[in-house]
Amino acid sequence: MKSDRIHKRLREILPPGALLTEREDVAPYETDGLTAFRRLPMAVAIPETEEQVRQILRACYEEGVPVVARGSGTGLSGGALPHESGVLLSLARFNRILHVDPLARIARVEPGVPNLAISEAVAPFGLYYAPDPSSQIACSIGGNVAENSGGVHCLKYGLTVHNILALRVLTIEGEVLEIGSEALDAPGYDFLALLTGSEGMLGVITQVTVKLLPKPERAQVIMAGFDDVKKAGAAVGAIIAAGIVPAGLEMMDKLAIHAAEDFVHAGYPLDVEAILLCELDGTEAEVEEEMEKVRGVLAAAGATRLRVAQDEAQRLRLWAGRKAAFPAVGRISPDYYCMDGTIPRKRLPEVLARIAALSREYGLAVANVFHAGDGNLHPLILYDANKPGELARAEAFGGRILEACVEAGGTITGEHGVGVEKIDQMCVQFRSKELLLFHAIKQAWDVRGLLNPGKAVPTLNRCAEFGAMHVHGGQLKFPDIPRF
Amino acid sequence: MENLREQFSEAIKQAAARRRPVRIRGFGSKDFYGGVPRGEVLDTTRYTGVVDYAPEELVITARAGTPLAEIEAVLAEKNQMLPFEPPHFGPRATLGGCIAAGLSGPRRPYAGAVRDFVLGVLLMDGRGDVLRFGGQVMKNVAGYDVSRLVTGALGTLGLILEISLKVLPRPAAEITLQMEMDATAALIAMNRWAGEPLPISATCYHDHVLTVRLSGAQAAVRAAQVRLGGQVLAAGEAFWRGIREHSANFFRDARPLWRISLPSTRSLDLPGKQLLEWGGALRWVFTDADTATVRAAAQAAGGHATLFRATRKQGPVFSPLPAPLLALHKRVKQAFDPHGIFNPGRMYDEF
Ligand SMILES: Cc1cc2nc3c(=O)[nH]c(=O)nc-3n(C[C@H](O)[C@H](O)[C@H](O)COP(=O)(O)OP(=O)(O)OC[C@H]3O[C@@H](n4cnc5c(N)ncnc54)[C@H](O)[C@@H]3O)c2cc1C
Ligand SMILES: Cc1cc2nc3c(=O)[nH]c(=O)nc-3n(C[C@H](O)[C@H](O)[C@H](O)COP(=O)(O)OP(=O)(O)OC[C@H]3O[C@@H](n4cnc5c(N)ncnc54)[C@H](O)[C@@H]3O)c2cc1C
Repeated sequence: MKSDRIHKRLREILPPGALLTEREDVAPYETDGLTAFRRLPMAVAIPETEEQVRQILRACYEEGVPVVARGSGTGLSGGALPHESGVLLSLARFNRILHVDPLARIARVEPGVPNLAISEAVAPFGLYYAPDPSSQIACSIGGNVAENSGGVHCLKYGLTVHNILALRVLTIEGEVLEIGSEALDAPGYDFLALLTGSEGMLGVITQVTVKLLPKPERAQVIMAGFDDVKKAGAAVGAIIAAGIVPAGLEMMDKLAIHAAEDFVHAGYPLDVEAILLCELDGTEAEVEEEMEKVRGVLAAAGATRLRVAQDEAQRLRLWAGRKAAFPAVGRISPDYYCMDGTIPRKRLPEVLARIAALSREYGLAVANVFHAGDGNLHPLILYDANKPGELARAEAFGGRILEACVEAGGTITGEHGVGVEKIDQMCVQFRSKELLLFHAIKQAWDVRGLLNPGKAVPTLNRCAEFGAMHVHGGQLKFPDIPRF
Repeated sequence: MENLREQFSEAIKQAAARRRPVRIRGFGSKDFYGGVPRGEVLDTTRYTGVVDYAPEELVITARAGTPLAEIEAVLAEKNQMLPFEPPHFGPRATLGGCIAAGLSGPRRPYAGAVRDFVLGVLLMDGRGDVLRFGGQVMKNVAGYDVSRLVTGALGTLGLILEISLKVLPRPAAEITLQMEMDATAALIAMNRWAGEPLPISATCYHDHVLTVRLSGAQAAVRAAQVRLGGQVLAAGEAFWRGIREHSANFFRDARPLWRISLPSTRSLDLPGKQLLEWGGALRWVFTDADTATVRAAAQAAGGHATLFRATRKQGPVFSPLPAPLLALHKRVKQAFDPHGIFNPGRMYDEF
C-alpha cells in the first residue's frame, strides 16, 4: 500500500517520535482554528532540520503523496486542514530566532517562531515587528507569511508582505530557493510577494527575514461613541480625509460592545450604536498635535461620547475590550462563526444594512467587530451547533456576506485566507480566466499538485457546480482542468 | 478606450499566432533600461485617464498610459501623493511604465516601494485576454498576489491596462538638513536614526555631505530637527528632485552607471564614484570596472548589481539568477505568456 511505503520512507528520514501515524496521535492535528472542518491525516511529520524537510518533500514528491504544511494551526479558513491520504508537515520545532541585527533592523527567524516572540526578542533594542494579528501570541511567522496576516496596525504599517525581506523556501521537489534578500529588492520577479499569502500552495517556508521598526515614542487612543453606525462609518472617512493615518482604527457595533463590556469592563458606553477606537502613535509632540485634530473631526462627525485615554493603563483597558471581543461574543452564544471580508470604506453603511437584513433572513444574530481603517469586516455570526441545521445556516449566511462584499467592490478575504472555507466564493470574485492563471502559477511551482491540494483556488468544475461560473454552451472551456 | 483594448488584444493574438515579439511601450522614457527592447511596438500612450479616485479611501485607479505627472497633479489637489515618489524623467512618463519598471524614489526605505502600494491591476495576458487581480481595497488575500508579481516585471508577463494604487496624505511639514561627515559615520548615523522614532523620509550621502529629509507633523519635524542638528538646505525640494530624476551633478558622467542594492549597513568596495541613498541600501556607482568585478563586489556585500545605464552593455543587465530560480521564472512567464511574445530579453536573455 502507498501509505506503508511512505511511512517506511519517512521513518528512515525522521528520528523516533517525530513521525505520528496512530489515530490517537494524529487526532490533535485534525483541525486548525476553523473547527467546523476536521480530517485525520495519514501521518504527521515533525521534522527538526531543514534537511529532514527536504527529504520528506522529496519522498512525497516521488511517491505522489500530498503535503500540508502547518504552523501553529490558528488559521481560520481551514488552510492547515489535513489531507486524508497525505502527510501533515508540522513546522512547530522550527522555533529559533537565528539572527538579530539591531543596526540593520532585521531578524532572521525560523517559521515556527510565534509572531509575538519576535517583538519580545527585539524589544531591548527599542524595535518591534509591526504586523500584529490578534492571535499573535500563538500564530507562527511562517503561517503569517502563508496567510499575509494583518492586524490593528496594518493601515499605517502594512501587512506581512510589507514587513518581510526574504524567505528561504523548499519546493515540493526538495529544491532550496532564496527569495528576496536583506537588501530592499532582489533581481527577477517579485516572488516574495507571490509567496506571501499563497497559503502553503507553492512551497514550504523554512526561514523568514523580517523588517523591524522603531517603537514609537508614544501611543494614545481616543474612543468615540455614536448613536448611529452610519455616522461612525462616515467619521472613519473624515479622519483619513483630514490627512491623518492612525496606527489603529477599529469599530464595534452594539452587540459587540455589550458583550465586550460585560466581559472585561473596558469602560465602553452602553447607550451607543457603535464605537470607534482610534490610536495615534509617533513622537510626543506629534501625537498631541494630531490628537487635537482627530478630536475635532470626531466631534464634527457627530460623536455623542469622546474619551481620550489619560495614561497607558487606560489605553490598554480601552484596547482590552476590542481584543477580547471574540471570546466575549463566545460567552453570549454557544458558537460563533467569524467571517472576514473587505469592502471600500465608503460602502460600509450599506453593507452593514445588508448584513442586518441577512441576519433577519437567516434568523441568526451578528456582532460586528472590524478593522474600520482598512474596510476589513469581521462579522461574528452567532449560532448553536447543537441545534440541527444551525451550523449549515451560519455557513450559508457567511457565504452571502462574502458575496455582498464582492458586490460592494471588495473581496472575500482580507486576512484569514481562502483555505477550504471560502473556496466557493472564489468563484464569485474571479472568473474562469483568472482562476486558470492561478492554476497555471500553481503548476509552475508544484507540477504534480501535491502541496496543500484542494485549498485556496477552486477547480472550474467546482465553480460550475456552485453555479457561479459562466458555462458557455453547456460546456466548460477546459474540461480537463480537475487534474489540479 | 474599449476600442483600444480590442486593438491591443488583436495585436497580441496576432503576435502570439506568429510567435513574434511585442514590445510594450509607454513614452519610451525607459528604453535605456534593461535588455535592448525588441519587436513590434505596442503603444499604450493613448490608453489614458483616471478611472476612479476616492481621496477618503486613499485609492486611485488609472489607465496605464496616463502620464505620471497627471496622476500626481490629481492627487495634489486633494493634498495626497504617491508615497514611493517615482522617478519621471520629463513630463510624459506613464503610470504603466512606472509600475512595470518598478523603480521607486528617495522615500522608498521609509514609506515603501512601488509594489507596496499596488492594490490591483487589470492585465492583458499573452492570449489577449483581460484578467483582473487584486482590487481597490487595502487588504485582500484572495488568490495569488498577481498585481505585485507584475510590478517590476518590465512588461514580460503581460500588458498592464489599469492600476489601483494606495496613496497617502502629503506630510504637513517638510525640511531638509545637511551635515558633513565621512562615509563610515554617515552609514552608521543613517542606520541608527532609522531605528529611532524619527520622521525621516529620505537620505543621501555623497562627497562628505549627508543630506536628510524630515517629513510629518509640524511638531515631529521640529523636534527631529533639534535632535539631528545640521544646516537647513533651503532648496530641499530641488535637491531631492535632482537625485530622483538623475539630474544632479553627480549623474553627469560618461562611465557606465550601476545601481547596487545591498543591506543598508554594508560598505561597498569599488573604484569610481559612489552616491548613497535609501539609508545606505542603494548605491549609485559610476565605474569602469568590468561587470564581473562589480557583480562580485555587490555579492560580497550581500546585494546585487544592475547595469542601469551604459552606452554599450556587455553581459546581462540584471544579476544572473541561480538555476532553480531561473527555471521557475521561465515557467511562471509561460503561465502568463505561453508564446513568449512580451518583451523577450528585456529582463533576462532566457525569457
Ligand atoms: C483568535 C484568533 C484571532 C486571529 N486574529 C487574526 C488577525 O487579527 N489577523 C489575521 O491576519 N489573522 C488572524 N487569525 C488567523 C491566524 O492566526 C492567521 O492566519 C495566522 O497567520 C496563522 O498562522 P499559523 O501559524 O497558526 O498557521 P496555520 O494555521 O498552521 O497555517 C495557515 C496556513 O499557512 C500554511 N503554512 C503554515 N506554515 C507554513 C510554512 N512554514 N510554509 C508554508 N506554508 C505554511 C498552512 O499550510 C496553511 O495553509 C486569528 C486566529 C485566531 C484563532
Ligand atoms: C534619460 C532617462 C533616464 C531615466 N533614468 C531613470 C533613473 O535613473 N532611475 C529611475 O528610476 N528611472 C529612470 N527613468 C525613469 C522612467 O522614465 C520612469 O520610470 C517612467 O515611469 C517610465 O515610464 P515610460 O512610460 O516612459 O516607460 P517605458 O520606457 O515606455 O517602459 C518601461 C518598461 O515598462 C514596460 N511597460 C510600459 N508600459 C507598460 C504597460 N502598460 N504594461 C506592461 N509593461 C509596460 C515597457 O515594456 C518597458 O519594459 C529614466 C528615464 C529617462 C528618459
